[in-house]
Formats: sequence, C-alpha cells, structure tokens
Amino acid sequence: MNTTLVKQNWYKRNEIAITPWLFLVPGLIMFAIYVVFPIFQSFRISLFKWDGLGSLATHGEYIGMANYEKLLTRDRSFNISLWNNLKWLVFYLASIPAGLFIALFLNQTVRGIRLYKSLFFFPFVISQIVVGLVFTWFYDPQYGLFNGIIGFVGFKPLNVLGDPTLSTYGVIAAGLWPQTAYCMILYLTGLNSLDPEQTEAARLDGAKGIRMLWHVILPQLRPATFIAFVVTVIGSLRSFDLISIMTNGGPFGSSRVLSFYMFEKSLSEYGFKMGYGAAIAVILFLIMMVFIGYFLWRMYQDEKATNG
Amino acid sequence: MFPKPIEKSSRTWQLGYQALLPTVMLLWLAPLLAVALFSIRPDSDFLVGNYWGWPSSFEMTKNYGMVFGSAMPRYIMNSFLITIPTVIGAVALSCMTGFALGVYKFRGNLLIFFMFIAGNFVPFQILMVPVRDLTLDIGLYNTKTGLVLFHIAFQTGFCTLFMRNFIKALPHELIEAARVEGIAEWRIFWFVVLPLMKPAIAALSVLIFTFIWNDYFWAIVLTQGENAQPVTAGITSFNAQFRAMYHLMSAGSIVAALPPVLMFFLMQKHFIAGLTLGAVK
Repeated sequence: MNTTLVKQNWYKRNEIAITPWLFLVPGLIMFAIYVVFPIFQSFRISLFKWDGLGSLATHGEYIGMANYEKLLTRDRSFNISLWNNLKWLVFYLASIPAGLFIALFLNQTVRGIRLYKSLFFFPFVISQIVVGLVFTWFYDPQYGLFNGIIGFVGFKPLNVLGDPTLSTYGVIAAGLWPQTAYCMILYLTGLNSLDPEQTEAARLDGAKGIRMLWHVILPQLRPATFIAFVVTVIGSLRSFDLISIMTNGGPFGSSRVLSFYMFEKSLSEYGFKMGYGAAIAVILFLIMMVFIGYFLWRMYQDEKATNG
Repeated sequence: MFPKPIEKSSRTWQLGYQALLPTVMLLWLAPLLAVALFSIRPDSDFLVGNYWGWPSSFEMTKNYGMVFGSAMPRYIMNSFLITIPTVIGAVALSCMTGFALGVYKFRGNLLIFFMFIAGNFVPFQILMVPVRDLTLDIGLYNTKTGLVLFHIAFQTGFCTLFMRNFIKALPHELIEAARVEGIAEWRIFWFVVLPLMKPAIAALSVLIFTFIWNDYFWAIVLTQGENAQPVTAGITSFNAQFRAMYHLMSAGSIVAALPPVLMFFLMQKHFIAGLTLGAVK
C-alpha cells in the first residue's frame, strides 16, 4: 500500500514530464519501424550485392563501395536518369508562376467563381495514374487531341511519348497540370489574406500592374511561395507514377528518372539487384536531403522567431 | 484586393472576363473532357475514326456497365478497405504526437518534430527494399493490412506536422486553466484539446483519404493481384484486359478517379485548409 502511494506520487510529480512521451510512443514506434530504420538499412544494403532472396547477412555479398563506383563511372542509364531528374526539377518549377497567374486570374468575386476555382483545382484531386492515362491519350499520334490541335495550326503530327528527345518533356508537361493546380490553390489562399490597407495605400501611391505585384503583393505572398516551392521540389524528385504509366521509362530508357530506375533495377523484369537499387536510392535520398535540410533550416528560423 | 475587382473596371472588360472564364476553364480541362467524351462513345466510333466528332450513339450505361461487371468493383472495394483504416490510424496517432509536441516543452521536442517532417519528405525508394522485406517477413505481403500499416506509419509524419502546428496555435491559457483545476494531463487531451481539433481532424482526413486513394507506388511494391490491390494498381490490369478499347478504359479511369473527387467537392473547405499545411491562413 505504501509503495503504490509512492508510485502514484512519483507519477503525479512527474506527470508533465512523462505525459508527452506516453503520447509520442505509438507514433514514434511506427515511424521508427517503417521510416527511420529502413533508411539506415538501405544505406547498408547499398554496400552489398544481393538479389533479395534469403537474408542479407547470409545471401548478400559485401562489396563495399563497388555499387556506387559502377553507378558514377560506368552506368549510362544512371546518367540519363540523373539528367532527367534535373529537367524535372527545373521545368516543374514552372508550376509556381503558372499557378500564381491562374490564381490572379481567378481572384475575383463574380458569380459562380467558387465553382470555377474548384474546377481549376480538379486535376490535383485525381490520381496521377489517371492523369497519366489521360495525357497518354492526349498525346496519341493517331487520334490524340494534341495532334489534332497542332495539325489544325499546320504542324506535322508528333509522337511525343515515342520520341526519345521529347518523351521526358511530354511527361513533365503532364505533371505540370496537377502541380499548377496545387500552386494555384496555395496562392488563392494567400491572396485571400492580403492586407487590404497595404494594397490600398500602394494604390493611392500610384502603384499598379506588374510593379504592384512585384513590390507589394509578392512579398505578402511569401509563405505561399515557400510552401509551393517545397511541394514542387519534392514532387519533382518523387515523380514516378506518371513515368511508369505514360512511358514506362522508355523509349530506350530516355524518360527514366532515379526513382523509376531504382524500381526497375530492384523489382521488375530487369532483375532483382537490391544492392544496386539501394545505392541509387541512397543517391536520390542525398540529393533530396539537401532540399529537406534547407526547408528544415527555414522552419527552424521561423520557430526561433515565434518562440523567442 | 489584388488584382483590382472586376466590378470597378470598364463594362467591356467585365463582359470580356465573363466570357474568358468558361473558355479558359474548358481549355484547362480539355484532356479530361476528352476522356469523358470517350467513355460514352460506342465501340464502333473508334473503328471508323470518329474520335472527336459527335458520338454516333450514347453508350454510357453499356460502357459503365462493362466496367462494373469487371474486376473494378473489387479493386475499388480494396481501395476503400485500405484508405479508411489508414485515415483513422494516421489521424489517431498524429492527434497524440501533435498534442505531445504542441503542448509540452521538453528536450528533444523540436528534434522529434523535425524528424517527422524530414521523414515525410524522403523519397519512397529509400524505404522500398527494407519495407518490402519487413512486410514479407511478418507475412503481410500482398495483404491490405501490410499496406495499411505502412501508410499509417508514413502519413504520421505529415499529419504530425499539421496537428502540432494546429495545436500550437490554440490558446495555451485553456490548458493552464485546466491544470490549475488539477485535471489529469490525459483528460486535458481528451476533454479540452481534442474537441478543439475537430477542424484539423476533418481537414487531415479528407487530405489523407485522397493521398492514400491515389497511391500507386506502394500498391505495386507491396501487393499484387485482385485480392489486395487498390484501384490505382488495378486499373493497369483492367487496361491490359481491355487493350485498345478506349471507351472502356476511359470509363474505368473515370470510375477510379471518382471517390476522391466527390470527397473534394463535399469537403472543399477542409481539403484546402489541409493542403496549405495550415501555414497560409
């Protein structure tokens, strides 16, 4: 009886210190098992030659940095994938100004505007698989709407997805469709919370049009721009679904990106090279960590500013 | 307000704007409208090359009937059975983690918070091989449960980010007042904080529903075949079965895309609140 009393007092005295950990435990355990440990495991697997059968310890062959050496010096497909990742990253960013442009176009209060806003946002809600299918048909050399349009203007039909020089751009364009919708909604929300006094004051000073946008509006939209940048960069480096559906990496591997190439190496008919795949994943991870690090640093600055 | 309200501009520009809106919208949605048009055409239209003209007959019932007669309903059912438990699990876990990180000051608080955020942004491929192995080892490969467990864990990262920021913005005096009354901490969570979190829970639920419904990568990594695969993965088998039958493939795509679309239109406000990560108010 005495001990339970002591125990209770001990809990009571430390309640505020213990409670957060009790609340964190289930989430932390799940996250550790499925996200944190696998990252380290992938690092380890990348040092092995392993076909995924049996356990890594008994069936894998330790080969040190050999996977990385091969990737970085002798693998042309890796180079193409990395280069395509860069194209994705650069061109995908176009969705930010495009989204801003549409948001400015739609930021009015006419009748039915709410419905228009939802309809413009539509592409983001449907799955990338469906977007991919829709755009595959859109580009179809025989009867696609795309060739209908360029034929109407007087161009020869183009087989966008069948042409190694065009395929990646074709897929990126498809990706821009939902991503622009996403950036649009971020900017619409941002435009909603503009400070009317600042805008009116600038207007009285004679600011308008582009100058007004650049000097008065955009600085106020900075939080929206930051989030748009984060989600667009992450989205571009994560691109997988569209490539898988629209080109399956082809033609001749010309539209692969690292995420797709990794999948192909480790889990497709091209074989089960888990070690090699893991090495590709590690490189992609390190590239993304540069951006993630930057985002976290920015958020840390914000935290410090609000707390201290 | 920026740009200048249209009511304050000239009459011509007002009319021009009213005409421009539907035009731009139709162009924006053209690829989708094309698919909708395909999905109600008869088979014969494609054979004679009538892709863009007026359909020779409207075969909506027949085409969509075919879709529902295939394995599609199975896949859609799977999608629901994967998506709904994930939403419940991830929201429940993150209400707790968000509460812990948003209310208490302790060493490592920010570190854990940043770990959740960073984890949420990593490429899926760095997790792929170990997660697939783990799922195989515990005998959950090719089951809905295996997929759900992973999704819950991974989405906890994003949900924690959202919930923690939401809780942090709540008035702290409420919690202080409850403490002064001597109410136990877990009761504060249950009776004080949780009721205030309803809008955040709604926003996250809609958003996670859409994310998980639209997941393709993990579906093909962790499942195969009709008994466990969700509709995003199922549609590729559906399309293989009806290769080059564009009226059916279009109808199938529309059916697959419908649930998140409905969700979005019904819960629009919450959806948008979720998307902006609660950061753009």
